[in-house]
Amino acid sequence: MKNRTQTDEGLLRGYRALDLTDETGLLCGRLLADLGVDVVKVERPGGDKSRCIGPFYKGRKDPEKSLYWFSFNANKRGITLDITKDEGREIFTSLAAGFDIVIESFPVGYMKSIGLDYDALYRINSGIIMAAITPFGQTGPYAGFLGTDLTVCALSGYMSLCGDPDRPPVRIGFPQAFLHAGAFAAGAIVTALIYRGVHGKGQFIDVSAQASLFESAMDAPACWTAEGKNTPRMGGNRIRPGTVYVAPAVFECRNGYIYFVLYGKTVGERANRALVEWMEEENAADEFLRTIDWKTFDPWDARVDQAYIDRLLSQIAGFFKKYTKRELFEEGLRRHIMLFALGTPADIAESLQLDKRGYWIDLHHPEIGKSIRYPGAFVALNQNPCTLRSPAPRPGEHNKVVYSEILGFSETHIVELAQRGVI
Amino acid sequence: MGQLFEGLRYVEFAWTGVGPMPGTYLASLGATVIRIESGKRPDPLRTMGPYKDGKRSVNRSLFYNMANTNKYGFSLDMKHPEASGVAEKLVSWADVLSESYTPGTMEKWGLHYDAVKKINPEIIYYSTSMMGQSGPYTRLPGFGAQLTGMSGFTNITGWPDRLPAVPYGAYTDFINIKLAIFVLLAAIDYKRRTGKGQRIDLSQYEGGILFLAPLMLDYFVNDREAGRNGNRDIDYAPHGVYPCLGEDNWCAIAVGSDEQWKEMCQVMGDPNWASENRFRTFDGRKANEDELDQGIAGWTCKLAAADVMNRLQAAGIAAGVVNKPSDTFSDPQLTERGAYRSVPHTEIGEHLAFNIAAGIRFSSIAPKVERSSPCIGEHTDFVCRNFLGMTAGEVDGLRQRGVFT
Repeated sequence: MKNRTQTDEGLLRGYRALDLTDETGLLCGRLLADLGVDVVKVERPGGDKSRCIGPFYKGRKDPEKSLYWFSFNANKRGITLDITKDEGREIFTSLAAGFDIVIESFPVGYMKSIGLDYDALYRINSGIIMAAITPFGQTGPYAGFLGTDLTVCALSGYMSLCGDPDRPPVRIGFPQAFLHAGAFAAGAIVTALIYRGVHGKGQFIDVSAQASLFESAMDAPACWTAEGKNTPRMGGNRIRPGTVYVAPAVFECRNGYIYFVLYGKTVGERANRALVEWMEEENAADEFLRTIDWKTFDPWDARVDQAYIDRLLSQIAGFFKKYTKRELFEEGLRRHIMLFALGTPADIAESLQLDKRGYWIDLHHPEIGKSIRYPGAFVALNQNPCTLRSPAPRPGEHNKVVYSEILGFSETHIVELAQRGVI
Repeated sequence: MGQLFEGLRYVEFAWTGVGPMPGTYLASLGATVIRIESGKRPDPLRTMGPYKDGKRSVNRSLFYNMANTNKYGFSLDMKHPEASGVAEKLVSWADVLSESYTPGTMEKWGLHYDAVKKINPEIIYYSTSMMGQSGPYTRLPGFGAQLTGMSGFTNITGWPDRLPAVPYGAYTDFINIKLAIFVLLAAIDYKRRTGKGQRIDLSQYEGGILFLAPLMLDYFVNDREAGRNGNRDIDYAPHGVYPCLGEDNWCAIAVGSDEQWKEMCQVMGDPNWASENRFRTFDGRKANEDELDQGIAGWTCKLAAADVMNRLQAAGIAAGVVNKPSDTFSDPQLTERGAYRSVPHTEIGEHLAFNIAAGIRFSSIAPKVERSSPCIGEHTDFVCRNFLGMTAGEVDGLRQRGVFT
């Protein structure tokens, strides 16, 4: 009988991966599984520690009800195995002999210390592709450093650009660094699969979360090389290189916040004119605002100084306060003004666009006897669907099927292994 | 031995970030990537600063030039009546087409998937846009900055007593670039295995939300919406960014256990305040986090940020300097990863470019950043003659008639 987690349809069908990662690598296997890889999450007996990361179902800490775990382990199968025991290590090695991919996120040197490093696995399977996800990489001065989302974001250079100018830099309010690493690892693994297809050999991939995130700083490193100045953090404001003013980009509205940037010239002309027309209709534009010539309005013009911008935007800010996020979005669409909400989960959940695209997928969770709604496929493909098929595995959920089908273990042997705490 | 993707033909009708940067990755592995542009409507990255030596020009934008290395530049005015003949040659030549314009644009040019498929049935056709290629808001205009707000990142970033702080730049671009690289490679591998092409539709909204998936589940299941919390974290205390010696220098510190806290107290020289009973347990530190942060700041502010990091790391505590953009050029670990590479550019000379593959390191594949980003149309003649099999006469004629502008 075919397990629901397996699929014949994905772009990466036919490949198999063993996933030893914790929260610093889980997304990698999830992405591989989304495109059809048979990903087996290997947990230590009793279940991985990352099952204890919140948020939780009904807010109660329960390793079988972590919404974090659910999110990044869907589409995977799950087995338990103690790879620190000799017998467990042997079982892992015999599994790896028939797999294409191993993903791990242990501290640098750990896999070698238990005899499961790339060289050891290569000896039994020269085609194996092993990806190691760590905060900083396998070599270099920080290789032995501990890294968490906060400290990796700090060292990547991205965080220095985020936050209010009069307070410390802030990270994005939900851990991101290792999701970048996991996604990049997935791309690297497929690169290595293609290499194997050509040259017949697997390889080791060393993934650094810090170096996976650093380009997010976008133009800021270029600003440094050009001007010798570091781009300051601006809170909810926006500063554009070469202008002499600071302008807000986050505005309060009746039920939340919206994002609006006052662009100049060709990009902004039409939108700015449309916005002022709307304000005029509502008697909310004074003469100063009504007489600005948007065709020639140039944020880089020396006359456009802080006082000018404050006068301009304070009226606009007052206007936005009268409307809801949805009103501003819809009227903005109609008038070709970009007025987009700072989405909250409720806004996103109610998005007509996502609904019409069939983005949400409900997966039935037997452990809670209910369905849970998930963000679905990260990409739409015409031939080979990318979709969510099955919820994250419970601890050891697929022990029986994996150990008997792949390794030919008998039922009694599996029971014995469980009794000895190996699986 | 040649590079992995030598011979892979990749044509880019794309601009800004999520369209072109996957092509930069493939080009670093040897793919022949042709960047189609027009001086009449240049990539916005070409018209935003900073410029080399402050001279405003489409070929001098440093950010554009950091991000499009190893590609060939090809100019084509898609509004010219003869452009479609050249475009047809390009799409029949290509194994992969990448486009990131507002949906409808490629259709206007007769280059939408169904049209291209007739010329090149097994092409891998990669589209990316804000909202995806279908749905009521498919043509929504905007940039990564807007999308970062829409997909939920901005609202949860910053301080609870303040307006949201905007994550810098076009944050969701850098999520979707990685997702795009992954799915493009999967499609290339699939084509290698089966001979079949693919239509890829990457909605940057949908890709972005994946990186907040647990918060969406929390909403659906618990009706809870995460708010802003500065740098606090439910599983750590202390967990914050602390001032260090000098102007605007900071060090991030994350302590996850009571043992680590004890170690940290030792590193700080066991000050009296830290030995107070209320800070002894995790729950106590959580309940008194403001005072905890003040105490720690009193220690860090007398030290250099790197000093704080190194002392704490030596004691097994996660700490990291808040690197500024300038620091990313000298950070020893990013240097070790080869985060930036120096390349010679036709107009602006030698400059530093992103090494797009710095995050990953292979034991048997060596991505290269060798050639600079192209000037607009820098290689039009070369591409026409060498890849599209056109004669010098044909190329000259098209140029004279203004097709390559």
